[in-house]
Formats: sequence, C-alpha cells, structure tokens
Amino acid sequence: MSGELLKPPAIVPYRGPSASQWGMLAFLLSEVAFFSTLIMVYLVFLGADSQDGGRGGPTPAGVLSLGLVIGTTICLLSSSATIHLAERALRQGEETAFRLWWMATIVLGVGFLAGTAYEWRELIAHGLTVRRNLFGTTYYTLVGFHGVHVTVGVIVMLIVQVLALRRQITARNPHGVELVSWYWHFVDGVWVVVFAVVYVVGR
Amino acid sequence: MSVAEQPRVEAPPWTATLNEWTATVDHKKIGLLYICMSVVFLVVAGVEALLMRWQLIVPRNTFLSPQIFNQMFTMHGTTMVFFVGMPILIGIGNFVVPLQIGARDMAFPRLNALGFWVTLFGGLLVYFSFLTGSAPDFGWFAYAPLTERTFARGPAADFWSLGLIVSGIGTVTAAVNFVATILGMRAPGMRLWKIPFFSWTILWTSVQILLALPPLTAALFMVVFDRQLGAHFFDAQTGGSSFLWQHLFWFFGHPEVYILILPGFGMIAEVIPVFSRKVLFGYEFMAAATMAIVFISMGVWAHHMFCVGMSRTLDLYFAGASLLVSIPTGIKMFNWLATMYGGKLWLASPMLFACGFLSLFLIGGLTGIMLAAAPFDFQLSDSYFVVGHFHWVLIGGTLFATFAGLHYWYPKATGRMLSERIARWQFFLLFVGFIVTFGPMHIAGMLGMPRRIYTYDANRGWDIWNQLATVGGLIQAPSYLLFVYNIIVSLWKGRPAGDNPWDAWTLEWATTSPPPPYNFEEIPTVHSRRPLWDLRHPDDPDWQYE
Ligand code: HEM
Ligand SMILES: [Cu+2]
Repeated sequence: MSGELLKPPAIVPYRGPSASQWGMLAFLLSEVAFFSTLIMVYLVFLGADSQDGGRGGPTPAGVLSLGLVIGTTICLLSSSATIHLAERALRQGEETAFRLWWMATIVLGVGFLAGTAYEWRELIAHGLTVRRNLFGTTYYTLVGFHGVHVTVGVIVMLIVQVLALRRQITARNPHGVELVSWYWHFVDGVWVVVFAVVYVVGR
Repeated sequence: MSVAEQPRVEAPPWTATLNEWTATVDHKKIGLLYICMSVVFLVVAGVEALLMRWQLIVPRNTFLSPQIFNQMFTMHGTTMVFFVGMPILIGIGNFVVPLQIGARDMAFPRLNALGFWVTLFGGLLVYFSFLTGSAPDFGWFAYAPLTERTFARGPAADFWSLGLIVSGIGTVTAAVNFVATILGMRAPGMRLWKIPFFSWTILWTSVQILLALPPLTAALFMVVFDRQLGAHFFDAQTGGSSFLWQHLFWFFGHPEVYILILPGFGMIAEVIPVFSRKVLFGYEFMAAATMAIVFISMGVWAHHMFCVGMSRTLDLYFAGASLLVSIPTGIKMFNWLATMYGGKLWLASPMLFACGFLSLFLIGGLTGIMLAAAPFDFQLSDSYFVVGHFHWVLIGGTLFATFAGLHYWYPKATGRMLSERIARWQFFLLFVGFIVTFGPMHIAGMLGMPRRIYTYDANRGWDIWNQLATVGGLIQAPSYLLFVYNIIVSLWKGRPAGDNPWDAWTLEWATTSPPPPYNFEEIPTVHSRRPLWDLRHPDDPDWQYE
C-alpha cells in the first residue's frame, strides 16, 4: 500500500418510500394474504349446498339482490375519489376543502355500512344465517370481515376529522392522511374483488 | 466543622424498575423481554417434553393417562412454535436489527411494545385452558374435525384458537415493524445489498410472516365461528371440509418452518465470518438464496399431506417443489463452509454452536429431502421418523443457531461476557443429548412406531430406541438449566465485555455495551458491509472490493 488514504465514493442519499409508507405497504400485504384466504374459501364452497347431500338453499342466485349492492358499491367506489380529492386539497393547503371531502368520504363509508346492514336484515329474513348452510357461513365471513375493515376505516377517518378540526392535521403534516387514504383505497379494492366473486361470478 | 453530607446512591425502588420495563418502548428492552418470555416458555415446554419421554420409557407405562399425554404433545408443540421459536427470533431481531443498520429505534416503537404484550397475552390465553379443566389435546396442527364442538367439548379449543389469533396479531405487527425499519431507516450509505446478513434474513422472514400468518388467522377465526356461531367450515358431517383445514394450516405451517430457520441462517452468517476472520463468502448468492427460499417455500405446503390422498399430479408437483428448496439451502451450506475454509478458526462458544448447527442441520435437511419423496413419505408419514426430522431441523437448526446468536450478542446486551466454561458444558451436553434423543426416533419410525401414541407393546422392537430417547432427554435437560444459570449469573459475575469483544465488523459493535437508549451518539455512515473493518483499516477498506 502506498500509505495515502483512499477516499470512499460519495454517499447516495436514500430517496425511496419513508419508513411509515413501508410499514403501511407491509400491513396491506398481510391484508392481501388475509382476504385471499377468505376469498379462496368462499370459492371452494361455492355451490356446495345444492350438491347431493348438501344443506340446500337459500342460494346466492335466490337471495342476493344486485340492485342494492350496486348502490353500496357506488358509495364505496366514489369514496375512493373523494378521499383522493381530500388528500390533494390538503397537499395544496386548502384545509377547508380537505375537511369537506374528508367528511364526504366518511358519509359514503357510513352509507355503505348502512346498505350492508339493510342487506343482511333482508337476507336473515330469507332464512340465510351463518348456521343455515355453507353459503351463509362463507358469505357472512367474507362480507363481514370486509365490513369490519370499512368500520375500522370510518373510525380512523373520524379521528382524523376531529384532529383536523382542532388544527392538529394541517398541510404541513399530510403524511398520516396519506397512509389512511392508502388503507381506504385498499379496502375499496378488496370490495371490487368481493363484488366480482360474490355478486357476479358466484351468482 | 461542617462536613458536607455524602450523597448516597439509592437503588431505584423496585416499582420504578417494574414501570421502566412494562412501559418501555425501547427496542432493546422489548427485545430482551421477548427473549426472557421465550426462555420461560422454553423451560415449560421442555418439562412437557420430559413428561412425555418419561411415559414412553417402558412399554405399557402408566405414568401419564392418554388424555394427559395428548394435552402434553399439543401444548409442547404449540408452545415451542408460537411462544418460544418465533418470539425468541423476533426478540433477537428487535435487539440487533436497529443497531446493525444504524437506526435509533424501530420504526414504530409503541407498536413494537404492543406486539410484545399481545404475544405474551396470547401465550397466557392458551395456557389458561389448563385452569378450565383441560388443555387442548388435538396436536399443534389441530386437524379438523378434532377441533369441532362434537369432539372438543370443553373450552380448550376456544382458548387455543383465540390465543393464537391474538399472538398472531403480535407477530404480524413485529413483521410490519421490521420491514418498515429495515427498508426505511438504514444508516446513510447502507444500500440494500450492504445490509448485514442477519438483518437481511429478518427482512425476508418478515415478508414470509406477512404472507403466511394472516391465512392462519383467517382459518382460526373459522374454527371459532364453527364452534361459537354454528358455522360449517371444517365439519364434514355438516357439509364442511376437514381437508380444507389441512390446506389452510399447512399453507401457514410450511412457511412457518422457514420463518423459524431463516433468522437462524442469518445468525450463523454473522458468527462464522467473525470467528473465521474472513468475509462472508458469496454474500450476493446468500442474499439471493434467502429470497429464493421465501418464494419457493410458499408453494410446497402439501408435502405435509401426501397421505391424505391427493392426485398424482399434485403429489408430483409438491414433491418436486419441495426438493427445489434444497438447492438454495445447499448454496448456503457451501458458502458457510467456504467462509471457514482457510480461515483462522476461533472456537469460542458462538462458533461452537455454529459448528454444531452446520453438522446437525445438514442431516435434518437430508431427512427432509427423503420425506419430500412422496413414495417414501407414504411409508413414514406420521411416524417417529417425522418427529426425528423436524426436531433435527428445529433444534439442530433453529435452536443451535439461536444459541450461537445469544452467546454472540449477550456481551453487547449486558456489557458482560458469559462464562465460556459453562457455555462449553452446555454445548456438549446439548450436542450429545440431542443426538441420543432424536437419532433413535428415526429408527423407531422406520420400525413402524407412529407418532403421538401414549404407549406401545413390548414385542415391537421399539423399547430400546425409546429408552435411548428418554436418556437423551435427561442429558439435554441440564444443558438448558446451565444456560439459564449462565445468563443470570454472568450479569454480575461476567467479565466486562468492552464495546467489541469479538473484534467484529458490523455497526452494533461500534457503540457501547450495553448501548445507550439512543444507540449511537452520531448516526454512522457506511461504505461497505463491514464498516468497522473500514474504520480500522483505512488503507485497505472493503468498499474497494464490493
Ligand atoms: C430441504 C428442506 C426440507 C424438506 C424437503 C422438508 C420436508 C418435509 C416433509 C415432506 C415433511 C412432512 C412429513 C410428514 O408429515 O409425512 C416435513 C415435516 C416437517 N418439517 Fe421439514 N423439510 C425440510 C426442512 C425443514 C426445516 C428447515 C424445518 C424447520 C426449521 C422443517 C420442519 C418441519 C416440521 C416442523 C415438520 C413436521 C410438522 C408436523 O407434522 O408436525 N423442515 N418436512
Ligand atoms: Cu414442510
């Protein structure tokens, strides 16, 4: 060695997603695994009730009403748009617009839940319960777990709304809001798949 | 004549210490809590194992009733996998990873604390079943319909499912935290492929946790729904499918065994270079092999189900895919050997355990390959041969690697060295006792002894192998006690360790032992995989070659 000190190459600063963003992505990956399992199980038992020795009706075609669910689906999908607008408003510093769009998202989420509650009441009136048959077992599990996720989303959004009204969430710290919106988009995405599986393919 | 009053150093009241540990969000303390919890559960589950071995020492023994025997193997397996194996690895990861990558803490410290407490409460929930009259008795893989109301009439199955759901949530939060920390909080200059190897394996273990644990959680919810709401998922008598449970469970269960071994690979890959005084041979290949193992092993689960009667095509696929896993695993074995080759070996306790790992894990891998050959498995599934196989990989693999890691990082965590003399005794007792316990099980299995039987007849030719296994267990037992003794007594008696007792090269050795709450006074900058080498050899730094 010549004795003179070698100079290390310059450091390239890290520019990827932040730790919180990675955390949310990791969490959503685990949620993908969770819902994939529920959906697989739904598909495995699809039609099992009407086979020989099966437990019989009610069947999906017999009791699921498309009209209602298209309504709730529109609610949920448009809430993805409103939360996106809310987030954009916050980034641009329009805090009032943010709070309005955010509230709209909450209302749409609650609308979805109300629609589901109504749907379940009808289904139970038609005799479809968890106990009744495999359709009931798998349907309530899949749609129920999705509903729980919507509920959690609504609660978290309400907390954000309160924090925003207290001026604790402002244009200067939009990162939490961004993560909540990722979660919400994910829950909407899951619904698209559930809708396709349960109400389109499965009917 | 006024004498200034001597300030007296008061020991903090015990309530303050208790408060400090229960309310802590420091990754190092949480890591140690995880490890302590696992060691306690290790002793409990070890006692359960010894009770079973005592029952099996002679034919037609009446030491344990069949009912108790069933509860023992269920609780032993469940505890070892969920409340010893995973938490001890997560604990070591918690302690080491932020230090190794030059971070001040995990990404979400409070979530981290939540993860620990939830894991602990999950364990307590499962054990609570003892107080309700009976522990679960359907084996750690809980095949349906044994978990259904018809067969498991008491609340044990409910406690078991709920406990695993709860602790599973803790495990997933830990994985989320690791991914966020390792991908988002590395020291400046630490590009992805300069991550120390242990942290790299923790990253991929976490990915595997994220993919494999939620399906188990979903399946456990289904068990609870079957039992509590009258759902029909797994009860064939009411239209469900017990076969489905097997798929769901092993879709988790096989990745789980890699969740348990990958951090072990990581610890071995830290210890061997340091104690051979060489760089890790073929880091890139090792890193890629880790990813390959994660992806391949997501698709091999049904090799646990050959005997259920799947189609020929599925048998072929699952056998082939399982054999594939041995390629990246083999790459690792050869890389470790190549690292040692020509090195200056220093057989201190961490290295002893690492050598134990290399020799034992190899054999466990080979019996795995034998079982992956479906026709062979048809003969030996559900026999003691399988019990021999998986203990060989879990103890010879995971546990030896864990001991290597614990002996390696203990000085960092406590500032004291462990007693090498006790560590050597611990190693040799474990090594010998382990072989004497689990070697004969392979033979008993080939002679036709099924697993999970509480007793057997004298004329089967199984007696001697069972006696040997029990004797082996009795040789192992003091080894664990020595370890517990060593880690406690060395806290006071151990030689002061200094910052870097092994002359190692990764960042955790750059700070004091034990590290301050903020880890580093100044976040270090990294240019290679061995930052401390670069620091000490400015004329020949590693980054020239990487
Ligand atoms: C080359 C790698 C491996 C292959 C091909 C392999 C293959 C197998 C097969 C085919 C079985 C099922 C036997 C039966 O029930 O009939 C099995 C069981 C098992 N293996 Fe492996 N294995 C490998 C490595 C490992 C590793 C690294 C671990 C853990 C660290 C592990 C842990 C287990 C466990 C816990 C069981 C038994 C589960 C139970 O039935 O309770 N294996 N292995
Ligand atoms: Cu396996």
